[in-house]
This record gives sequence, structure tokens and C-alpha cells, in this order.
Amino acid sequence: MDIRFWLIQAFNGISYGALLFLVGSGLSLIFGVMRIVNLSHGSYFLLGGYVALSVIWATGSWLLAIPVAMLVIGFIGLVMERVFLRPLGFDPLRQVLLTVGFAILFQQAALDIWTGNNFDISPPVALSKSIVIGDIYFPVYRIFMIATATVIGVGLWLAMEKTRIGAAVRATVDDAQMARGVGIDTSRISMLIFTLGALLAALGGVIGGAFLGIYPGLDFEMLPLAFAVVIIGGMGSLGGAAIGALLVGLADNFGKALYPEVSYFTLYAPMALILAVKPTGLFGRE
Amino acid sequence: MTSTLLRRLSPPLLASSMVLGLNLAASAEELRIGFVAPTTGIFAQVGKDMVDGFAMYLDEKMNKFGSADVKFIVEDEQAKPDTAVTKAKKLILQDKVHILVGGLLASSGYALAPVSTAEKVLYILPVSAADDLTQRDLPKYPYIIRTGWSSSQPSHPFGQWACEQGYKKIVAIGADYAFGYEVIGGFQRAFEACGGKIIQKIWPPIGTKDFGPYIPTIKADADAIFSLMVGPMSLQFPKQLAASGNKKPVLGGGTSYDEFVLPSMGDEVIGHVSALQYSAALETPKNEAFVKAYRAKFGKVPSYYSETNYTTADMIDQVIQKYNGKFPGAEEFIRQLVAMKFDTLRGPVSFDDMRNPVQNIYIKKVEKQKMFGYPNAELWNTVIKTYPNVSQFGQFKKAEFLATPVYSRDYPPCKYCQ
Amino acid sequence: MSTPSAKVLIVVAALAAVAVIVPNTNSFMILLTTRALAFSILVMSVDILLGYTGLASLGQAAYLAVGAYVTAVLTTKYQFGLGWDFWLVLLFGILLGAGLASVFGLLAIRATGVYFLMITLALGQCVWGLAYRWNSLTGGDNGINLRQRPKFGINLADEVTFFYLVLGVFAVSLLIMFTLVRSPFGRSLVGIREREQRMKILGYNTWLHKYLAFIIAGAFGGLAGVLWAHTAGIVSPVNVELPTSVDALLMAVLGGSGTLVGGVIGTFIVFFLREWLSTVVPWWQYVLGGVYVLTILYLPTGLMGVPQRLRHASFRAIANGRRN
Repeated sequence: MDIRFWLIQAFNGISYGALLFLVGSGLSLIFGVMRIVNLSHGSYFLLGGYVALSVIWATGSWLLAIPVAMLVIGFIGLVMERVFLRPLGFDPLRQVLLTVGFAILFQQAALDIWTGNNFDISPPVALSKSIVIGDIYFPVYRIFMIATATVIGVGLWLAMEKTRIGAAVRATVDDAQMARGVGIDTSRISMLIFTLGALLAALGGVIGGAFLGIYPGLDFEMLPLAFAVVIIGGMGSLGGAAIGALLVGLADNFGKALYPEVSYFTLYAPMALILAVKPTGLFGRE
Repeated sequence: MTSTLLRRLSPPLLASSMVLGLNLAASAEELRIGFVAPTTGIFAQVGKDMVDGFAMYLDEKMNKFGSADVKFIVEDEQAKPDTAVTKAKKLILQDKVHILVGGLLASSGYALAPVSTAEKVLYILPVSAADDLTQRDLPKYPYIIRTGWSSSQPSHPFGQWACEQGYKKIVAIGADYAFGYEVIGGFQRAFEACGGKIIQKIWPPIGTKDFGPYIPTIKADADAIFSLMVGPMSLQFPKQLAASGNKKPVLGGGTSYDEFVLPSMGDEVIGHVSALQYSAALETPKNEAFVKAYRAKFGKVPSYYSETNYTTADMIDQVIQKYNGKFPGAEEFIRQLVAMKFDTLRGPVSFDDMRNPVQNIYIKKVEKQKMFGYPNAELWNTVIKTYPNVSQFGQFKKAEFLATPVYSRDYPPCKYCQ
Repeated sequence: MSTPSAKVLIVVAALAAVAVIVPNTNSFMILLTTRALAFSILVMSVDILLGYTGLASLGQAAYLAVGAYVTAVLTTKYQFGLGWDFWLVLLFGILLGAGLASVFGLLAIRATGVYFLMITLALGQCVWGLAYRWNSLTGGDNGINLRQRPKFGINLADEVTFFYLVLGVFAVSLLIMFTLVRSPFGRSLVGIREREQRMKILGYNTWLHKYLAFIIAGAFGGLAGVLWAHTAGIVSPVNVELPTSVDALLMAVLGGSGTLVGGVIGTFIVFFLREWLSTVVPWWQYVLGGVYVLTILYLPTGLMGVPQRLRHASFRAIANGRRN
């Protein structure tokens, strides 16, 4: 195993981690604030990709597809939170199961609207090339994913740390009752965060769609990955989600490259072990 | 005026039409065909293509095979073997179908074959390609017949073709499941039999979309890469391979580039070569008519999933007409089917004594061109070579073949893997 | 007034009705009912964890798989379990299910709530990976075909006979679980579900209670697996994939968690929707999703809670009426 191998694999692992961060950050926030395990998160991811496809087919613009997909899915998330989740109050199990019910509906609707053919999102040509350094090829799209995840991560961190709303969110994550006590409208915060989570998932779907494809079943395939990030990183912790994503990306990548025999377990075995030792995740607090 | 006339004429009119009707009814048999395919779930589109292919033939013949009225009942197996069994039993026991057709995955084929044995019902497999169903396991299933292919069937001549191109060392990378093992196993056997060497075998888990861990491990001294990808894997692997700077020629299994995924692929697959018993770019009048009609009706170029079901319907039609539309029972039907030679969309098809088709295998290359009068240049699997009369054993002797184990992850063993 | 004994009578009557009516319908109905009954045992085990102990698990399909695979392997590789030794296989299924649960429980029981959900999901997926990869034992994605059903005096290849067997095992399982939840052990489980802290203060070893409940659920899961393997005649990794576990959980909630019988009702509804409605209309998935969403929204206690809610509604109506 020469240095080339380690470099490429590290790069691949980091880019995969970046994708996972895009998928998992929204989920982590939603859980941190609302304590809801949103099992339709994968559906938002996939629907984001499908909406982007429709935009691309209609207008030919990949750039336009990103905000449109985010807004449409964000809106769906908003409606779901206001109309369906809010009335349930604080009942995590029922909320979880409600999101599953919706995931089933979304899956069938996607099939009916977009058919079940396997699609691919084609990014602009500039992003489809590879940069060659020495004799190693670095696909630009992977670099793009890393860049996007970093920008989103930094942006979210800044919003959380430096704005008033961010402070309100952090307060709600720490102790919702206390937050209400000091006058924070936790209901509005929940709505905001759920919508934000849906937006992030949709973004992940558009960006990831060019890397993974868009096809039925992707929603449930992404879900365990998102959960791995959230669990390993600790729920509600953005920094944790970032580290969790990186760890999962690297571990999964190196695990598969070095020990292909255990490819099926590189994700779930560490997840189970971490949870067994620290049930709230590596960086979680409870 | 006319009304009184009508009234007077109606009794005899009625009577004679009833008599005629009765006679007509007596000579029109009903042929009930039960079709099992995934129409919901992640394979729903494949299932739809399967049903569409069969249904298109039925439409062309106005649901009549000769003098038989065809009743076509489709049931959803959701790509789950136990659901397939439940639906098959419903079709057999409740709907009393004469023929059971379908099943997508190997597991469905393996689930339905015993049902056909237990219920003594004819089961035709147009898609399910698991090798052993018509090889080592055939004696357990006297009522099945395959009209599609066996997984390793196209690989045997393909391996030979690879030798003819001068390739000496090839790296194989394929989805980690039985279908992958059989396609690659067949290629390995054939390629090594004519002097080639498989120097590495990589098995990404099924559903892998990020080939980052695997592509860098491909050995640099290989002359070519042979990949077996299915579904979404087929879309992502060539892209990532190209982005990694690959310059080696790429060969693939039939599902890696077939028309189910080809429309969503980009220019990175131009020049990739694969082998299958069908290509939508087959330049025969029959196929051209089929492709045009199918595309006009369903909005997409037919994949082999559609073709094989269309051809199966065609075959059933031709056999049933030999019995004037009356279903002769499973054993007799099989006897007749196996004895006939068919001129189908994919070319001439006959059957070997193990109830698997003997047919052309096409080596096809992805090229961007205009075909069949369509206005735009698109990606097509252009046929560059045809191997006629290929059976499931290919260039190998049946007895020797069956004496060896079924293709698996470790068979044929990777003698040249370092 | 629905006293416990009235409820018991209703259940017994329903069982008797099923035993008498179903064999006289068509074979498809018999097959569906057999499948639903076998799967109900798993769903009831999920309910023991969910409704009585307060633990929602997303990995119970692993125990179904363990029972199913051991049955399949013994039948095909060792020709074992096709005669009177079928009852031994049943026992193996139970023991293996319990055994696996005892190992997984050590890892999982410390977690609660959503963390428990996640760790059971991860463990279930590990079992799936094993079923998929361990080709030589499990046949990988091709699965294992059980080509015969056991014969011991009675021939289980006959659908009606097999139906009676499954019904019988189901009834016995229901009885055992019913006795369990009404026993002191069962009551302490409910106590733990409601107020774990208080139970700890009162001196209960809550960890042990939960662990035991987990093992019991695993045991019944394994039992369900043995029956399941023979119902369809094929065992494949599909039996242990995530949607199967999610299904079981949803069925328990649909019918009403904490009632045992609710899980059975939920199972029957989903099975009939999925396997009968799908033969009638193509948009049955919307119905299924819709049923889940509506039940969760408007029937928090599941379908079993409907009579009670109706009663409350009628009492309120009477009270309002009297006031006016």
C-alpha cells in the first residue's frame, strides 16, 4: 500500500463524509431540537433529487435546480411539521411512526410522478472533470462536495453561534422547558428547524444525486447512513455531526478498501458498538 | 314502421344470435396466464417493463392466441420471494391459471419453481437467470422452462471474444451476489480457457454507489476491466471509473449497459463493450418495428426485460396455436415448446434438453449515433459481433460443466490473483 | 363493561370463528391467514417490548430470521425437522432467538428511547449483513428453499392442516404472553414503562427486567421464524431487512400497543391490505400509508382503543345531553 493509495482513499473517504454530512446535519438538528427521529428524512433527500431532475428537464439549468428543490422540499417539511407533527405534541414514538407512514406515501408518489427508472443528475461540465496532481486523479465533483459541506457546516455554525435565533435554537436543544421559561417560542423554533432540516436534506439530494443517482429505494438506503452520522456524532451537535460524518466516511471507505470481507459491517458494527458503550453517541449529551 | 318490423324480427334474430353465440363460445377457449412481477417497491419500473413487454404482444394480437382468448392476470411480488409464492399460489389455486410466468430476481425464481412442482403447473421464466435452475437443480423442477437466459450464458462467448481482442490480463469487478458471481464466473472460465488470466476479483456489495474504496485498488497491469453492475450501480461505476483517470478498455455484463440504464448514462460509456442475447440496436426489420412501436407507446427504448417478455408471449402464442388454442397440459406444452424453433426479435431461438434457450449472443459496443430514423444521436448498444447457437454451456461440454460446482465467489478459483 | 374476562371470551370466540370459517373459504384466504397468524407472533413479541416495557425496537426481524434460517438449514442440509423432530426445530428456533436476544440485549438494554431504536436497528442490520454474506450457510441473496413440509401423523403439506397447526401455535403463544403480561413480572414491566426511576427506587432491578423482556421477545421471534419458514417455503435476507422490522413495529402500533391482540389486528389489516388489496387496485400503497398516518394522528391508542374512545364520546354526549 503506497502513499498514493492512502492519499486517494483518504480523499475518497473525506468526500464521502462530506456527502454524509449533507445528509445527516439536518437530521441531527431536528433531533437535537425536537427529539424527533425523522424517518422521512431519506424521502426528503430523494424528493429533492427528483424535483431537481424535473427542473433540469424543464429548464436545463442545474444551478436553478438547487434552490428550487430546496424550497419545494422545505415547504413540504414545513407543512408536515405544522399540520401533522405539531398536533401530536411531544410523543416521540408516534412522531417517528408518523414519519414512516409519510415515507411510504412519498415513495409511492415519487414512483407515480417520476416513474421508477434509474436517473442521474448531470452536473455542469466544469464539475465533471478531474484534476490531476502527479499521477493521481482528483474528481472535481468530489472536491465540490467537500467544499459545499464545509460551506454549509461553517454557515450553520455561524448561524448557531453568532445570531440570536441561533442562540434560541441552542437554548432549546439544551433545555426546552427552560427556553420556554425565558420566553423563547420553542414552537417557532421547531418549525424553523424542521424546515431547515428538510432544506438541507433536499440539498443533499441534489448534490448527492449526481454522485449516487436518483432512483426508488434511495430514500431508505440513505436513512441508515444519516442515522450513523447522527448517532456517532451525537444528536443535536453540529460539530459532532461533522466529526461523525468524517469518521463514518473514512471508516467505511478504508474498511471496504482494506477488508472487503466485512463491507456489510463497516457501518453498522461500529454504530452498534458505540451505542453500546455510549448510548447517546460519541458527542451526545444527556 | 321499422319498430314493428324490428319487434317481429327480434325473436328469430335473438334466437339465431344466441345459437351462433353459443357456437362461438364453444370454439373459443380461454387461456389464463398468471404473471408475477414487482409492480411496487424499488424494482417497480423493471416490473412495469416486464408487464409492458408482454402486454404489448397481447395488444397486437387483440388478446387472442389463435382461437384462444387470453386472460392476463398480473400480480405484484414486490421483489420479495415469499410474496411471490403467495401471489403465485393465488394465481394457481384461485384464478386457476394454465401458465405461470415471471419472477424477476433469482430468489423469486427459486421460490416459484418449487411451487410449480408442487402444484404441477407450467412455470415459464423469462427473466430470472440463476444458472442452476436449468442446470444442477433442474431435476427438481419438471414443470419449468426458461425463455430468457442463464446468467453465465453470454459470458462464455464473451470470454472468447476477449481473447480474440488480445487481452491477456483482466480485472473483474462485480456486484457481490449470485448473479454477479455467475456472470463473472462464466467470463473467467471462458477467458482462461483460451489463455487469458483474471488477475483480480473485486466484489462491491450490491447497492454500492460510491466505488471510491474499490477503484484505486484495480491492478495497474490489467489490459482491461470487466464489470458486472446492476441498476444504480451501472450508472455510477462508469462515471467514477472515468473520473479516476481510467484508460483501460471496459467490458461489462449485459445488465451493465442494457437499455434499462443506458438512457441515463453519459458519454463516459462510449466504447464500452458488453454481451447479451438482445440489443435494442439489433438491425433487423422485426426489431426495428418493435423498438419503434414500443418507444411510441411507452416513451422509452425497450430493455431486454421488455423484449424477453414480448418474445415469451410470442412463443406461447405459437405453441398454443398448435393445439387450436386449447391448453394441452404442462408436460405436453413443454414437449412442444422444446421441439420448436422460433424466429424472434432477438434472432433464432431453440431450446436445449435442459429447457434453456439456445440463441444468438451479441457482443455490443456503446456508440452514439442516430438509429431507426430517430432525429437525435443517442447512445445505442451497437452489435459488433454475433455468436450464433450459444447454449447455457457455451463452448464447454455439458457433462464436464455440470461436474464442476456452480459459479460462486470462489469458483472458478482465482489462480492468477496475486 | 369490558372486563378482562369478557375480553378473553371475545378473543376465544374470534379464534374459534377463524378456525371454523377460514378453511371453508378459498385457498388464497387460508394462505393469507396462515401467514398473518405466523407473523402475528412476531408482532406480539414486539408489543411486549413496546406496549408493556416501553422499548421500541427496530431490529426484531433479526429473531424471525434466526428462527427461519435455522429451520431452513436443518431441513435442507441435514434433513432434520421433517418428522416429529419438527417440534425440536421449533424448540431450536425459540432457543436461538432467545440466545441472540441475550447477546444483543447486553449491548442494547442500557439505551432508552430513540437510542434504543438506533442500536436495535444497527444490530438488526448486522444480522442482515451476515445473512447476505455467509453464502455457504444462508445461500446469500438466493435464499434457501424448503421444499417440503413436515409430516408426523399429519401432513403439513396440506394447507388446511398447516393452517390449524399455525393457529394452534399462535393460540398457545397468545396464551403464554397473556399470562406473562398479567403476572407480577408483566406488571413490573408496565411499571418500568411508566416510571422507571420510581421502580428503581423501589428496589426493582429494572435493567434485568428489561433484559428478560428482550430475551422473551427474541424467543417468540424465533418461534415465529420457524413457522414463517414453512409458510412460504423460502427464507432469504428479505426476511431480516429493515422494512420487515419497521412493519412489525407499525402493525403493533396500528392495532394498539399494550394490548397483544391489537398487534394481531394490526398484522391482519396490513397483510390483507398488502396482499389482497394489491390484487385488486394498484394504488394500495397510498391506502396503507394513509391508514398508518390517520391511525397515528387520530387513534393514538390504535384500533383497539376505538371502543373505549367511543364509550367516552358517548358518555360525554349523554352528559351534555343531560345538562341540556
